[in-house]
Amino acid sequence: MSNEKLLVGPAPHFRAKEDSEGMMRDVIIALLPALFLSIYFFGILAAIVVIVAVVSSLVFEYIMLRARKKTATKTDYYSAALTGLLLAFCITSATPFWAVIVGSAVAIVIAKHFFGGLGFNIFNPALVGRAFLLASYPVMMTTWFKPMDAITGPTPLNLIKEQGISTALSPLFFGNVGGSIGETSALALIIGGLYLLYRKAIDFRIPVSYFGTVIIFSHIFGVDPLFHLLAGGLMLGAIYMATDPVTSPVSRPGGWFFGAGCGLITMVIRLWGGYPEGVCYSILLMNAVVPLLDRYLPGTRFGAKRRLSLKK
Amino acid sequence: MLFKNTFVGGIHPPEEKEFTEKLGIEEATLPKQVVIPLHQCTGFPYRSLVAKGDLVKVGQKIGDSDSAISAPVHTGISGKVVAVEPRLTFMGRMVESVVIDSDGKQDVSDSVKPHPVIEKISIQEIVEAVKNAGIVGLGGAVFPTHIKLSPPKEKRIDNLIVNGAECEPYLTCDYRLMLDDIFNLAYGIDIARKVLGVSKAYIGIEDNKPVAIDYLRKKLNRVEVRALKTKYPQGGEKQLIKTILNREVPSGGLPMDVGVMVLNVATCAQIAKTLKTGMPMIDRVVTVTGKYLRNPANLRVKIGTLYRDLIEECGGVDGTIRKVLCGGPMMGVAVPSLDIPVHKGTSGIVVFTQKEIDEMERDRYEEVCVRCGRCTEVCPVYLNPSLLADYAEKGDWEMCKKLNAMDCIECGACSFVCGSRRDIVQLIKLAKDNIRKHVK
Ligand code: SF4
Ligand code: SF4
Repeated sequence: MSNEKLLVGPAPHFRAKEDSEGMMRDVIIALLPALFLSIYFFGILAAIVVIVAVVSSLVFEYIMLRARKKTATKTDYYSAALTGLLLAFCITSATPFWAVIVGSAVAIVIAKHFFGGLGFNIFNPALVGRAFLLASYPVMMTTWFKPMDAITGPTPLNLIKEQGISTALSPLFFGNVGGSIGETSALALIIGGLYLLYRKAIDFRIPVSYFGTVIIFSHIFGVDPLFHLLAGGLMLGAIYMATDPVTSPVSRPGGWFFGAGCGLITMVIRLWGGYPEGVCYSILLMNAVVPLLDRYLPGTRFGAKRRLSLKK
Repeated sequence: MLFKNTFVGGIHPPEEKEFTEKLGIEEATLPKQVVIPLHQCTGFPYRSLVAKGDLVKVGQKIGDSDSAISAPVHTGISGKVVAVEPRLTFMGRMVESVVIDSDGKQDVSDSVKPHPVIEKISIQEIVEAVKNAGIVGLGGAVFPTHIKLSPPKEKRIDNLIVNGAECEPYLTCDYRLMLDDIFNLAYGIDIARKVLGVSKAYIGIEDNKPVAIDYLRKKLNRVEVRALKTKYPQGGEKQLIKTILNREVPSGGLPMDVGVMVLNVATCAQIAKTLKTGMPMIDRVVTVTGKYLRNPANLRVKIGTLYRDLIEECGGVDGTIRKVLCGGPMMGVAVPSLDIPVHKGTSGIVVFTQKEIDEMERDRYEEVCVRCGRCTEVCPVYLNPSLLADYAEKGDWEMCKKLNAMDCIECGACSFVCGSRRDIVQLIKLAKDNIRKHVK
């Protein structure tokens, strides 16, 4: 027992087991129920779109990491796979493969790596990919397949906006409606969301304030809040997209504000905007103000209430 | 109150107290040699009062300073001074130290005389006695206690909180002290109450120590024992005050600004011991522990005993020693060598073997911040550690100051939870140093 070489290093000498890599993995796991349901409803085509999106995202990630001479970590790849999965979830199963690949390229190369890669991107990559596709190929991107059927049909949000026809809540809940691959079954998305809350992989403030705002807004303007919660990409957006750690606020009060802002913009677009759906743009718009939220909504400072605290 | 018996933020690290919590405090073997550093508390170093060749007796003062913020040091063994020279200490710095070889006799110095009992002694005399005995905060802050006990006139203290939270993993020295040395603890609390002129005293204990809570509730009748939720850093002064009294120490302020005085349980017991026997602070309880240490123990150790002797006394380890901490794993310091002495702030010696380090470090490299916000979630003083670390990396100390870096209590909760394993608290400490030096 002499001359031992002792390690010195900064405290703390204990670290939590949960790491960033695991956090990304948890989100992927949470999305699996929704994935299985959509394959069940939309068939093999949905499965293929998902596979193409995930694989192409991983390939682009690999190329970009090599090009930028970065050491690749598992977190990088989990995050890229997640981006691919989310991208596939918010496009229709009718999307041709080449378009899926273009979407992944925009997501990974432009939205993520041009901004500095993991941790530095301002906008949610999957949503940028989707927004690009929607803007470039509007007709193709709004061709929705009906579940269990090879014929195309409108989504519940199209129906209500263009023809004023409401869809029953129960198919909305289970996912038996037209729409993007992963967004149709609220049930599966909620189950995954509960898992994420249990694992503390997402900030609960964002979905809570998102849903809350949508409910309040619906009441004020006399539309059915449950319909708006369950229809379209709201569940997917509020639980999985808005909560993306990189593009949501670090500040906790900022989280409340961020979710509420997303909810408000979504409803404004849905009721009065040019598109039937507003989730994607609402989140992208709120992404842009995240740096401001982090800077100006840092929360109370411990010890700020000095006057009050002296009183008994 | 919304959050009962706890504070906002905080973490739940593994507790690891099972190795030593059932073991009563034992007297460590008398060391053959001690190395007593002449700088052991917040404040200025002392000058040596002895020279090579001098004979010293137990309790003799060997180092003192004229500075107000300072507490003298004494020797805990009798024998001969063999050197007064710079020696390595736990922080890796060389500090002028007195090296004494024991003669095994333990003759007590004439200067050690009991003080009058509490009813007969004046406040002035108590503070003086505490000062001469070199008592410092034993929770790890090592701030001279006599200064704490003489707050400026305009600060009215109305509450005394005794800190028995012991939220650091592994450490059980305060827990054992509460069980094994209750008479000194009770007497110490009475003395502190007399000095501060307060009637209300609390003792805060985390609820993972139910035995101590029950025991103290039975034995201490004039002190309110509060069971606190087990959560790190419950033992931080500011968190303790917030939890027990719901008062927030203003940022940049001291507990006395909200009328509170916080003393560690071991400090209270030491005050009592000194007044009863006149013996200055020559030893302290140290938890010597580790998963692979053969016989972990809570030892009463003479200040200046070398880590190597204590680890040997505890049977050595199974495996190779790879990391040794002074204090617990959350805020403790990894020491550079085993040949460093126990000082007044050494609450624990935690030994990790190669095997444990390998397990801990596997797959553990630093990654980029993914902005998950876990660090902001746990920060007990509501900072944004991630942003602070970003600015500290860039060396933007102005910005760090604006983001209240100085409020950081250096608890390390942020680094603990960071999934990207960034050394956040290390960066913030760096920022604090630089703000003190460069930012007006
Ligand atoms: S920033 Fe400071 S006070 Fe906050 S968690 Fe980190 S070390 Fe603790
Ligand atoms: S915990 Fe780590 S990864 Fe998460 S925001 Fe804080 S610094 Fe970034």
